Amino acid sequence: MLKVEIYITLKKTVVDPQGLVIKHALESLGFANIEQVRCGKIIILHLSLRSKVKAVQQVERMCKRLLANPIIENYRFKIKK
Amino acid sequence: MRFGVVVFPGSNCDQDCFWVVNRVLKQSVRYIWHQEADIRGLDCIIIPGGFSYGDYLRPGAIARFSRVMKSIVKFAKRGGLVIGICNGFQILLEVDLLPGAMLPNKNLHFICRDTYLRVENNQTPFTHLSSAGQILKMPIAHHEGNFYITIDGLKRLQDNRQIVLRYCDAYGKVDSEANPNGAIDNIAGIVSEKGNIFGLMPHPERSSEDILGSDDGLLIFQSIKQWAKTR
Repeated sequence: MLKVEIYITLKKTVVDPQGLVIKHALESLGFANIEQVRCGKIIILHLSLRSKVKAVQQVERMCKRLLANPIIENYRFKIKK
Repeated sequence: MRFGVVVFPGSNCDQDCFWVVNRVLKQSVRYIWHQEADIRGLDCIIIPGGFSYGDYLRPGAIARFSRVMKSIVKFAKRGGLVIGICNGFQILLEVDLLPGAMLPNKNLHFICRDTYLRVENNQTPFTHLSSAGQILKMPIAHHEGNFYITIDGLKRLQDNRQIVLRYCDAYGKVDSEANPNGAIDNIAGIVSEKGNIFGLMPHPERSSEDILGSDDGLLIFQSIKQWAKTR
């Protein structure tokens, strides 16, 4: 079994309203030195697969077809045993 | 003229659309359940607002893969009239019948209020009964209506006159103050390159009778009816 963690974030060129609000909230709590906050989502999958190569191919297809919107989002993922 | 109103699990403006077409516009209309593939005999498909499949992942992301959407894509590519309102607009973007994407509103609030809209293109099947620059009052009700498109994409929309409605104030002034959700270029509604597919965030079906505070939305439905008659 393989565990996959998929991270989906807004592209750098896209304004991230959630990130801006979080940044503002952290600053108002007194946390200084915050240059930028970006907020995204994480999707965790468990695959009944042994081959990491196959898993990479499958997860790539999942991200392209459904999990990320290529117009506004980037994705990356980690595969763990 | 025969209309079809798509119903997904989570649609909540389907009955309003049905009402307007049936009782106000006085045209034939039927519901289309999301698992139906057969949409033959219909002249215009309405994809209504709501929260299809709970809006999980992204609004419209799951609805895109439903059976009915496969038929609607074929219908639209043959030139059939399709109008997507609110969540319907989000679905049209996800299924790639219209360009761009929706982001959460700039202020992160769910916004439910009347807006003023300026008709930027009155030569479409959906707006031809309005005058150029006419100001319409229609409500919006959404969390993800912050329309986004790349700069190149925006230029294509502008050059092809695909921008149909823009948020403005009561006097028709289009600026950031009149922009409720942060949408790029104040865009509230666009059409496809061929003009037969229309997506808009405001709700014409909630503003088609005086008793609702505005009947400006009826202009959209009347335009569709009139357009079909002349074809």
